[in-house]
Amino acid sequence: MSSSEQPQPQPVQPVQVLYCQVCTYPPEYCEFGSSITRCKEWIHDAHPSLYDKYYSEEALQNKLGTLSLEAQAKLEKETAKKEAKAEAKADALLKKKMASQVTIKRIERNKRKHVTAIHGLEAFGIDLKKAAKFLAQKFATGASVTKNAQGLDEIVVQGDVADEVLELIENGAGVLKGVPIANVDVVEDKKKKGGD
Amino acid sequence: MFKKFQPSTDIAGQTPLKSSVQRSIRAGVLAQWKIEPETLEQIWPKKEPLVHVKCREHVSIYTVHNEPLFFQHFDGPLYPTLRLYHKYPYMLPKVGIDRGAIRFLLGGAHMMCPGLTSAGGYLPPPNAALPAGALVGIYAEGKEHAVGVGITKLGTEEMRKVNKDIGVEVASYLGDDLWALQTL
Repeated sequence: MSSSEQPQPQPVQPVQVLYCQVCTYPPEYCEFGSSITRCKEWIHDAHPSLYDKYYSEEALQNKLGTLSLEAQAKLEKETAKKEAKAEAKADALLKKKMASQVTIKRIERNKRKHVTAIHGLEAFGIDLKKAAKFLAQKFATGASVTKNAQGLDEIVVQGDVADEVLELIENGAGVLKGVPIANVDVVEDKKKKGGD
Repeated sequence: MFKKFQPSTDIAGQTPLKSSVQRSIRAGVLAQWKIEPETLEQIWPKKEPLVHVKCREHVSIYTVHNEPLFFQHFDGPLYPTLRLYHKYPYMLPKVGIDRGAIRFLLGGAHMMCPGLTSAGGYLPPPNAALPAGALVGIYAEGKEHAVGVGITKLGTEEMRKVNKDIGVEVASYLGDDLWALQTL
């Protein structure tokens, strides 16, 4: 027999690259990120051997490479500045998050029927679509993400479920996690009497 | 290309691709990258549909299982995403930049010739010179993994001669908004 089995070509295995859990870069690039201090801590705890590789005295010497000393100093200064800036930004973001309000509004459609509009959840990193789906399932009603009069997204749930929603948020059920209850208020929106 | 990219506003829609288009993309990938069909099969199994994510300014991202694999501008070449490229670093030719340029690259700048031709940089030797318009992986001095993927604006020999202006146009780099998108 002349036709021998061709060896099956094997797919090449992917290289496993370790990414920093803090800044998502490969750890060798952490120094260019905006969170080097925290990156350093992380790698020191999680991968001590790598820490030595990247941040030991010798490594720092080698790193200088072809770059002049003053350029290096400048780079370091800039990194520090960048880090401080990123931290300030994160702080401001957190503050804003803590200050933002969630409103649960009961809106009367006609005499006995209501819808509940929930506004401001997205500030807490909640996916509105998913939350709407979750609420719809919970209450067995319709729930959708719509734009309100100001052009902002809100969840509208059919039926008067304001109290239940408040409870859900308080318990942090399902996707509605991480909203401090103090930031939630319930309001009622009635149609004006004798309007038409 | 992805310096500013917000999934919520910049994505126009996601559609699964026709199989004929998928075939042509597969052929295109095999032609443009140095990759074996078996390896591609592993990244993107034949049975898995490729999803086309349309973005603003004619940028398309192709995903498998919601994970971006390649992207393309208009009808241009298919770039691998940087995460994919990290896994299979041999599939594109390499160029290197010196340490001083890393900072600018991470800020989203295109790579200028002096950064590539200086002592810390790396260009393929004359017998393996790259023409203009070749896909390259961009490496940094003293680093193991790539920092970006790009396309050469000048031939590598030309870069040595001219040593001025843009040598490599960066398509995606470490820390851009495509990097931040692990799933779509």
